[in-house]
Amino acid sequence: MHRFLLAVLRRDLTLAARRRGDWLIAQFFFVMVASLFPLGVGPEPEMLARIGPGVLWVAATLASLLSLSRLFADDHHDGSLEHMVLSPEPTVLLVLGKSLAHWLIYGIPLLLIAPVLGIQFNLSWEAIWVLEISLLLGTPILSLLGGVGAALTLGLRGGGVLLTLLILPLYVPALIFGAGAVDGVMAGTGAEAHLSLLGAFLVLSLMIAPWIAAAALRVSLE
Amino acid sequence: MEWASWSEFWNMGGYGFYVWGSYGVTAACIAVEVYLLKRAAGDTRRRLKRMQQWEEQ
Amino acid sequence: MNLYTYASPANFYVLAGKLVPWFAWGTGIFTVWGLYIAFFLAPTDFQQSEAYRIIFIHVPAAWMSMFIYLVMAFWGAIGLAFNTRLSFMMARALAPTGAIFTFIALWTGAWWGKPMWGAWWVWDARLTSELILLFLYVGIIALWAAIDDIKRGDRAGSLLTLIGAINVPIIYFSVKWWNTLHQGASVSLTKAPSMAATMLQGMLVLAIAAWLYTITVALIRVRRIILERERQTEWVKALLEKET
Repeated sequence: MHRFLLAVLRRDLTLAARRRGDWLIAQFFFVMVASLFPLGVGPEPEMLARIGPGVLWVAATLASLLSLSRLFADDHHDGSLEHMVLSPEPTVLLVLGKSLAHWLIYGIPLLLIAPVLGIQFNLSWEAIWVLEISLLLGTPILSLLGGVGAALTLGLRGGGVLLTLLILPLYVPALIFGAGAVDGVMAGTGAEAHLSLLGAFLVLSLMIAPWIAAAALRVSLE
Repeated sequence: MEWASWSEFWNMGGYGFYVWGSYGVTAACIAVEVYLLKRAAGDTRRRLKRMQQWEEQ
Repeated sequence: MNLYTYASPANFYVLAGKLVPWFAWGTGIFTVWGLYIAFFLAPTDFQQSEAYRIIFIHVPAAWMSMFIYLVMAFWGAIGLAFNTRLSFMMARALAPTGAIFTFIALWTGAWWGKPMWGAWWVWDARLTSELILLFLYVGIIALWAAIDDIKRGDRAGSLLTLIGAINVPIIYFSVKWWNTLHQGASVSLTKAPSMAATMLQGMLVLAIAAWLYTITVALIRVRRIILERERQTEWVKALLEKET
């Protein structure tokens, strides 16, 4: 069982390493969306610090959606997805492995870039530290819930836009708790409550999302 | 009875715009839904009948 | 004759056709009765004057918007578990009406908010969750529209409804939590005034009207869906022949 999970993980990471352009695009998208906000609302440092956590979180959700439409699409295209779903190994593990790989490929680099953007938004070091923890807990949620959307919209015309429409409302709790944690530490009320709720939402997503995504994948491949 | 006259009824104590704006749009939404439903039902029947006639020929 | 007879689309088509006029009449009677209470029996509110009469449609619409979503999730779950075709059709028949009630709840909320709170839109926990509920409805309807294959569409839509149904309480809680932290200083939310008995009665009667309306419309819609899907069967052919 573990071996199958690791095999899926290793396979996706190898494929990603061969196609470096893909994940670079998502990271640049993250940087660009975040950089557009100061141009739109003005460069006052106080205001940027006020909106910074929310902007970075919204940019993170959009960047994850941008890459999620490809989660199953390439394997579906060359037919290997069907073989993996039909294999005796449980589909849940396949979905879990692919979501985990997505998080490693897109979530971890996001964590590395976020502090730089935090500095641009005039966030304090303490706020940047909490932002990192909130993204660490929150980006796996984005990958897990996004996996459901990617499975549902597999092979549809305009699937990418549809995926955004389906999944963004489900991201709302992660966005609120994640950005709220940073706001909380900046307002002096502390971030623990937000971070524990974010953690609880992560556990819940981990328990439910792979099963629904696996069911959706089977439906889409029928 | 709450209202002394019709004009008072329409005025709604100065809030007529908001009250009738709400009720009006609600009525419009329901009217549009019912109209679309009626039209769609007719369309479906006509289309299915035409398909049947095609098959018979 | 047992209940399972009606799980077959052909029998349900006939049954629904017989039920529609009854529910339609019920809708009409309860609407007139409810509006009579709302406009002629309910006294003027000393705090909100006449503007509170908007609540008579706002609250039933908001109730229905959430209730219809739960019913859709219920039919979706039944369909996924027992593979019954009719339950998927019911889920599809309900979605547009649910979206319309969500829109009505938002619209009337805004038109009540303007005179009461002084703003068309307030990021209040209830209004915000209602907006996200509308997004969920739109997403489900868009997914159904995008999938041509009936079987895949049915199941995919139901799965999305289910994960949404699990998420809706969490969304409501998170928005409420967010709202208590960000209570804007400019807007003071007035608490709902203690409800008079006539007011509650009017709201309940109109809620029943909305409920009957939903059943009427859903039955009409499900009849159309049944005809579309069963067009190759003998009974539909015979039915159409009889009409011409």
